[in-house]
Amino acid sequence: MTITETAPIIPSFGEEESDRKLAIICSKGNLDMAYPGLILANAALGEGVETHLFFTFWGFDMINKETMGDLKFTMLGNTATHMPQGLGGLPGMTAMATSQMKKSIADIGVPEVPEFLQQIVDSGGHLWACRMSADMQHLEAENLYDEVEAIISASDFIEKTEGAQLLFI
Amino acid sequence: MPTTTIDGNEIHVDDEGFMTRYDEWTEELGTALAARIGVEMDDEHWKAIRFLRRDFPVQEETATLRRVATVGHIPTKQLFALFPRKPAKKMAYIAGLPKPRGCV
Repeated sequence: MTITETAPIIPSFGEEESDRKLAIICSKGNLDMAYPGLILANAALGEGVETHLFFTFWGFDMINKETMGDLKFTMLGNTATHMPQGLGGLPGMTAMATSQMKKSIADIGVPEVPEFLQQIVDSGGHLWACRMSADMQHLEAENLYDEVEAIISASDFIEKTEGAQLLFI
Repeated sequence: MPTTTIDGNEIHVDDEGFMTRYDEWTEELGTALAARIGVEMDDEHWKAIRFLRRDFPVQEETATLRRVATVGHIPTKQLFALFPRKPAKKMAYIAGLPKPRGCV
């Protein structure tokens, strides 16, 4: 049965200024653990949510120019591959698993980490680097992806993201 | 499936108001849909909307923001400027297409 509405149905695009904010802490440097934060950040930005990413500890590999294009995936310690753990330790296994995962990601049109970060920045996202991680790894702003806004302390990040929903990955 | 009337045209829509029949759409209707969500169409807006319209029958789904940027060659920043806050959904609405289902 067709229902004819007299008043036009118009989707709600949340026009009224929403103050929703999302803070994502990226603490892992494995290829598979880099993506959840990037995908959620991208989705939030597409929904008009102010989004901040804080890269800390191993998550620094996602914004370190030396490593960001070369994150790896390993079967070791990951039972979700449903393969014998011993296999993961064989020479060349991590490289093979990494290239397979990169291919699966590319096949569905999802970009590599550096390009994904650029897309997030172009969508209005904010990238922040952790001061303590920079100090531990002896890295300066010039070693990091150019779109990282600043190296800031944990307390600065907490201050910047007042009222935000927070994800720790 | 409900129908609704936009500028004198009766169209089929889903519960949220997104059009459900590709062939019911015209550019005049697109202009009217845009006006209802506060978007005034100019050439740059049309470039994006026409890309979505061309892409849909081929891909059988609505282009995501990334696809409009990489395949349609309209930079992400510009899409956010043209269709503020929720560009992917706004473009789909104006183009008379379903919301994109892809994550990226």
